[in-house]
Amino acid sequence: MSALFQFLLRQGDNTLVLGHRVSEWCGAAPALEEDIALANTALDLIGQTQMWLGYAAEIEEAGRTADDLAFLRDAYDFRNLLLLETPNRNFGHTLLRQFLFDAYQVPLLASLESSTDQRIADIATKAGKEAQYHLERSQDTVIALGDGTEQSHTIMQDALNRLWSYTGEMFESDIVDEAMTANGIAPDPTSLRDVWNTTVDAALKLADLKAPEDNFAHKGGKNGRRHTEHLSHMLSTMQVLQRSYPGASW
Amino acid sequence: MTTQQANTKQIWHWLELVPDPEIPVISVVDLGIIRDVEWKGDVLEIIITPTYSGCPAMAVIAADIRAELVKQGVNKLSLKTQIAPAWTTDWLSDKGRARLEEYGIAPPRQAGTPQHCPLCKSTSVEKISQFGSTPCKALWRCTSCLEPFDYFKCI
Ligand SMILES: [Zn+2]
Repeated sequence: MSALFQFLLRQGDNTLVLGHRVSEWCGAAPALEEDIALANTALDLIGQTQMWLGYAAEIEEAGRTADDLAFLRDAYDFRNLLLLETPNRNFGHTLLRQFLFDAYQVPLLASLESSTDQRIADIATKAGKEAQYHLERSQDTVIALGDGTEQSHTIMQDALNRLWSYTGEMFESDIVDEAMTANGIAPDPTSLRDVWNTTVDAALKLADLKAPEDNFAHKGGKNGRRHTEHLSHMLSTMQVLQRSYPGASW
Repeated sequence: MTTQQANTKQIWHWLELVPDPEIPVISVVDLGIIRDVEWKGDVLEIIITPTYSGCPAMAVIAADIRAELVKQGVNKLSLKTQIAPAWTTDWLSDKGRARLEEYGIAPPRQAGTPQHCPLCKSTSVEKISQFGSTPCKALWRCTSCLEPFDYFKCI
């Protein structure tokens, strides 16, 4: 696998896995407005996936399409962050996970807008506009719920305690990242940590939430070595149609 | 059946007849997603820029454009998607903006908020949700006439 192909899989798998998770709320959100918002966020993410995995498939030159990559790979071939495959649990947990990712994705895409790879720069410019309003919404909601009732505060603090150990993986740099950085294709993930900290610290303060002191980080999603068991369960639902009826189309 | 190639001005006019499937009072031209129309030999090439990455209307829009042009006698068509430069609400035509307002959808503004309630024109408005009935719209409410309304988000 070329480094560029892996990098593109990481981008596309992040938006695909989160997009699918968010879509699980369709028809089940606590209020109609939230249901619509979640479904639309999922749509944006799946649309971005088509661009990332579409490019990945072209780079791979193995005759696969974006759909093949999404629906016919197994869990160990996925390159998404572990954070994004964690189950939804509850509404607050879902929005906090979204916020922790949005706060990372916005500066990442902003940096990718000046990638030496023009196609990546174009995708990032398009996706960046959407990530920006995803961040506004997830941030506002996290603050409102954290600084809300005693019950909503408790739920948000619990979500933060559960999700915190999954955030470190976003800033891990490996051989793929080194190759991307060397060619000016993408920034070093570690360089995004400061801006992420600034965004997250400010929001958590307003939300009256405390991040755990322990900085232990779960790893193994972006390199595919150790996904959680949740990803296979998610894929079994997401891929069931193509697995049961190969080649089925609308 | 036309045997001669229609000029591009005529093509643009035909495209004006294709409505946005989700906001039928404006055309795909008003929406600003048609970036170029050009004959490449005997094939008409149309460049389309999607509004939002996940906009489910894009497939319908492509099918509607094809249907309209085939009806006008243009049978050899190539519809190409172009993502850069990224679509922006700045590309909405003035006619499109006026139509949106008449239809009850507040047109997008750089300020990021609706100018006024599209129904009673009151400036006392508040946001209900960042997402409305489609990804391109947010849900707002007028605190004068109390009606909820869609605001076309500015991106
Ligand atoms: Zn009003």
